[in-house]
Amino acid sequence: MKIWLNGEQTNIDSELTLADLASQQNLDEVRYAIEVNEEIIPRSEHPTHTLNEGDKVEIVTAIGGG
Amino acid sequence: MDKMTAERYARHIRLPEIGAAGQQRLLDSRVLIIGMGGLGSPVALYLAAAGVGHLALADYDRVEPSNLQRQIIHGHADIGELKTESARRSLASINPALETTCLPYEQDPTELARQVELADAVVDCSDNFPTRFLLNRMTWKAKTPLVSGAAIRWDGQLATFDAGVAGSPCYRCLYQDDGSDGANCALEGVVAPLVGVIGTMQAQETVNVLLGKPALVGRLLLFDARRMDWRSLKLGRNAGCPVCAADTPQSL
Repeated sequence: MKIWLNGEQTNIDSELTLADLASQQNLDEVRYAIEVNEEIIPRSEHPTHTLNEGDKVEIVTAIGGG
Repeated sequence: MDKMTAERYARHIRLPEIGAAGQQRLLDSRVLIIGMGGLGSPVALYLAAAGVGHLALADYDRVEPSNLQRQIIHGHADIGELKTESARRSLASINPALETTCLPYEQDPTELARQVELADAVVDCSDNFPTRFLLNRMTWKAKTPLVSGAAIRWDGQLATFDAGVAGSPCYRCLYQDDGSDGANCALEGVVAPLVGVIGTMQAQETVNVLLGKPALVGRLLLFDARRMDWRSLKLGRNAGCPVCAADTPQSL
């Protein structure tokens, strides 16, 4: 199944959840949010939110600078 | 409102959405700005010029030469000066009627909570995550709107969190309160006008908030200065959020 991840077309397994994706992307050490089709998906939904063909997914990284 | 005041704010009063009543509301408002650096500079300058009556400025740093590339409230002659004092002077020259409270020290949580409660809006212009999460908890508890902005390298982010608006998420809904300290501008760099763009947007949103019309609740704005591209994302509440989900019903 193909999705867009950070602007690039990427093949993923069907039934992949956002939690799976986060672990594949090694986001453990990063403060991040995941956006799917211009909506931030709440963290509590990451384990159950599965991706669909053609989804546009972006990893949004927290920035602290001011 | 006296004649000079009415003349000073004539272009606001001309706007049907503000008028004399709205300007009076700004004049009667108090805003707490956390951080008098790249973001805090344009926030304070615009809010002072716009006629917000009282600004509380929190920052315990002194002006360094490397600040001057983007922290436009400070000048070359201010090197070595407390940022709050340098900022107060700049603001007074723009608007002598402005009242300021300088908080040039690391505030204990009790003092900070008091400042948050006194304020009609808090603007997060800080440069570190612990402060961002602390402010989020305090503003949520006090139900004071939080206008949050951040910038580094070529990227900026912006959102408003307001416990007084039904269904509003909080900063902790967006990001986890753990992980690395993250990149900082000293190590990573930051392009000068970017902080002006994000800070000026924060100032605009603060005016919106003070007039009772926040526009960035439930949204996250992302700015990419390389591509000059804005994106607006929908940002809902996290049902598992330890800050805002504990005591408030879900409605977004």
